[in-house]
Amino acid sequence: MSPNRAAWLFVTPALAVIGVFFLLPVLAAFALSLTDFDLYALADRDNLRFVGLGNYLDLLRTPMFWQSLGNTFYFVLVGVPLSIAVSLAAALLLDSKLARFKGFFRTALFAPVVTTIVAVAVIWRYFFHTRYGLVNYTLDLVGIPPIDWLGSADWSMPTIILFAVWKNFGYNMIILLAGLQAIPHDLYEAARIDGASFWKQLRHITLPMLKPTMLLVAIITTSGYFQLFAEPYVMTRGGPLQSTTSVLYFMFEEGFKWWNLGRASAVAFLLFALILGVTALMLRLGRRGEQP
Amino acid sequence: MNPRLAKVLVNGLLIGFAIVSLAPLAWMLSVSFMPAGEASAFPPPLLPSSPTLANYTQLFERDGMGRYLANSAFIASAVTLLSLAFNLAAGYAFAKLRFKGRERLFKTLLGALVIPAQVAMIPLFLLMKSLGLVNSYGGIIVPAMAGIFGIFLVRQYARSIPDELLEAARIDGAGELRIFARIVLPLLKPIIVTLAIFTFLASWNDFMWPLIVLSDQTYQTLPVALASLSREHVMDNELMMAGSVVTITPVLLLFLVLQRYYIQGLLLGSVKG
Repeated sequence: MSPNRAAWLFVTPALAVIGVFFLLPVLAAFALSLTDFDLYALADRDNLRFVGLGNYLDLLRTPMFWQSLGNTFYFVLVGVPLSIAVSLAAALLLDSKLARFKGFFRTALFAPVVTTIVAVAVIWRYFFHTRYGLVNYTLDLVGIPPIDWLGSADWSMPTIILFAVWKNFGYNMIILLAGLQAIPHDLYEAARIDGASFWKQLRHITLPMLKPTMLLVAIITTSGYFQLFAEPYVMTRGGPLQSTTSVLYFMFEEGFKWWNLGRASAVAFLLFALILGVTALMLRLGRRGEQP
Repeated sequence: MNPRLAKVLVNGLLIGFAIVSLAPLAWMLSVSFMPAGEASAFPPPLLPSSPTLANYTQLFERDGMGRYLANSAFIASAVTLLSLAFNLAAGYAFAKLRFKGRERLFKTLLGALVIPAQVAMIPLFLLMKSLGLVNSYGGIIVPAMAGIFGIFLVRQYARSIPDELLEAARIDGAGELRIFARIVLPLLKPIIVTLAIFTFLASWNDFMWPLIVLSDQTYQTLPVALASLSREHVMDNELMMAGSVVTITPVLLLFLVLQRYYIQGLLLGSVKG
């Protein structure tokens, strides 16, 4: 067998699976988003009509779509910076020479990342229960009246953000920790000799040296957070008053509850375009000033 | 700052972080052993007054938890084994074998990595429906048999295999399949373990696609079943905590045993990603 043929033998099975079950459906999703594919078309393909950009234009006139977009942006704009700040704090602590039992702490802080999101969302729903939850009990001890965490439209999204930070910060913590360990130690030595404080070292050495890693972490987290779905599905069912209905939740309901598959495909494509646009913008802003 | 004070501060904060990370999991375990109704009280009890396995018994005998556990274990194992075979072969070929269009093909694959999986889900559902795979194990397993990320991970690692080693085997007359099985696979062992644990955990924890494709309880995985149980038993906190314990424990144990490989994979996947 020639090496060329062997190579094709090795790559073809994987490429076939990815092509048929991923790339082809992506193209089909775009085609589908230009049709009025619904329950009637599902029963009989003769009911299928080409509607051009009709679904897209229609979505832009749907208040619920804008609401879900607003909710998703809320989650991303507050959730991403908060997650990264907590990850960075944890990474700095673990990187500190003063820290003991580093292996144990690293494992403990990372544990929530590998847990099943549905299962821990169930735990948090109980943790934040208005009457019996441990969180309100703790607040009660310091004299703060109970908060209706998941039952009020004002608190539902903040609660989901807190949950997401708890669940995810360990992931970025590991990546940032690797970034911190790659910073040459003599930089800190020189700063110490000059008498620079911890905060000065953080601002003038650590953060600038960590910038490429931070950019990477920010992009991964942002594109992940735009895909919010399981948390509202389990904790709030998108409510109360649609305050936690994310774009993907909206897509899921359009597609698999009402079977408006054409419209749901348009939602998926708008979300994809949004993620692509935002991450490309971040990449450009992040790389600006790298080459003087 | 005083060095001793700084030391207390750093370790104190780490202890705080560890408590926040682990407390919900510890409380879940404790509540799962409480008799029905005990956890719905104020102040919330921290430990069960008389520990019982009643919640677990109910889950397995009345709510079919054993079935879901078996479904999850079977699906995650099948996905792991099959995708390892497909991704290892392709990743190795992209790293070490020359063929026409290799670089362009690989760049296309990497480019496709930015497409969120959900974009494909609606047509994929229609495809699965026409293949008769909705509400079957195949509905989950077949589309997951290969993945771009897995191929990328293997390629990164396989690039470090010296070409001389492969050339020497070829001169000795070994066929390509034999070289792959006898020389390459043993060298890829660390990345095999890494990819295996990554895939298994991701498949076990996956929610949205199984929710779409498995509406029949017979084939449902733990996360999907737990989500629907939690809508049914909104008030039964003790029961739900036991369900969460059953769902989380296998993956948490697997991670604890193989965490070195998991974290290595996480870094390998992100640094160059």
